[in-house]
Amino acid sequence: MAIFSVYVVNKAGGLIYQLDSYAPRAEAEKTFSYPLDLLLKLHDERVLVAFGQRDGIRVGHAVLAINGMDVNGKYTADGKEVLEYLANPANYPVSIRFGRPRLTSNEKLMLASMFHSLFAIGSQLSPEQGSSGIEMLETDTFKLHCFQTLTGIKFVVLADPRQAGIDSLLRKIYEIYSDFALKNPFYSLEMPIRASLFTQPSWAPDPSWCGCFAGGRRQLYWLHKSLQPPRRLCSSCNAWQWC
Amino acid sequence: MSRPAHRRPEYHKINKDLFVLTYGALVAQLCKDYEKDEDVNKYLDKMGYGIGTRLVEDFLARSCVGRCHSYSEITDIIAQVAFKMYLGITPSVICNNSSRNEFSLILDKNPLVEFVEELPAGRSSLCYCNLLCGIIRGALEMVHLAADVTFLQDRLKGDSVTEIGITFLKKLDEKKYRRKK
Repeated sequence: MAIFSVYVVNKAGGLIYQLDSYAPRAEAEKTFSYPLDLLLKLHDERVLVAFGQRDGIRVGHAVLAINGMDVNGKYTADGKEVLEYLANPANYPVSIRFGRPRLTSNEKLMLASMFHSLFAIGSQLSPEQGSSGIEMLETDTFKLHCFQTLTGIKFVVLADPRQAGIDSLLRKIYEIYSDFALKNPFYSLEMPIRASLFTQPSWAPDPSWCGCFAGGRRQLYWLHKSLQPPRRLCSSCNAWQWC
Repeated sequence: MSRPAHRRPEYHKINKDLFVLTYGALVAQLCKDYEKDEDVNKYLDKMGYGIGTRLVEDFLARSCVGRCHSYSEITDIIAQVAFKMYLGITPSVICNNSSRNEFSLILDKNPLVEFVEELPAGRSSLCYCNLLCGIIRGALEMVHLAADVTFLQDRLKGDSVTEIGITFLKKLDEKKYRRKK
């Protein structure tokens, strides 16, 4: 998938919508016997591998699950501390799943507001008057594209560096946002988008009622996959025409 | 195969009478609920404000207008693009007083009052289309411009034309987060 994430940030810098569509990450699950030959340490409420890289388990990977049950930060699903649990020889043999740690929603909120501030700094650093903020941030593994509307809402898309057509994708996301989030009369502006139509993947059987952001997301997927117009038109953004 | 720069979405046609009648029913119900004309006008404006804050995003998403650099440019866009897109009419723009940033939109045809002959007795200061004023005010506020929008003349009240006056007050601070009213 060429698009990694989509973030929608409101005027105040708060994250109101977030979507991750990473490819399945490299995860490794192995059975271990006592003593564990990996060195684990606690960092940022997570248990990370500090030393002992082997077999697909790399330094920096986090403990994701023990014996098939997902861990909750530094605690197992039962509420015991992971490091204590793994120090006890009675619990072995144990099957541990390691993988790249996922961002928690709090971390995403923080990153979004940090980006909001950087965006403002970007426009202030400019030698020219009236410059826009950060439009693109490039790294070797991804490119971050940002589009700020005239009303101050920012749409941020993280995509593959070689991916083209992200500008039209950002405009399309703006259209979908204006349709499904804003036109919902019970949605308050600047609040997190909880409209199920915006997030839920639904292909309703009635062809005249298409959907949602993820229905829109499929359209967006086609959009940059082939740079062709989507095969299905979003027909529920009804605007009245005077006849 | 490259995609066109902006693809207009298909608009479904709907009978405009339904919209005009719905608006009429709304105003009639407000007249029943509130005795004073000022109250009805105030609530129409408030409803329009709520609509305007949302409609502006739809407008900006679909019309691809860029950043405007003057108040007259903004009024031109409201008249020629926005009114055309949503109501199918193009009011003409007059600058009343450029030093005080006052502009007027002259509507020669107003679809909303198609079936209204005259205002009822005792409702002589009712602004029937005050929703439009609220919409414009809400939309301008979302793009950080405070404006005062009122009806200067109204055919329903006996004037020759319908005139909406827009007075731009000030630019709102973009960086400070303002709590929504």
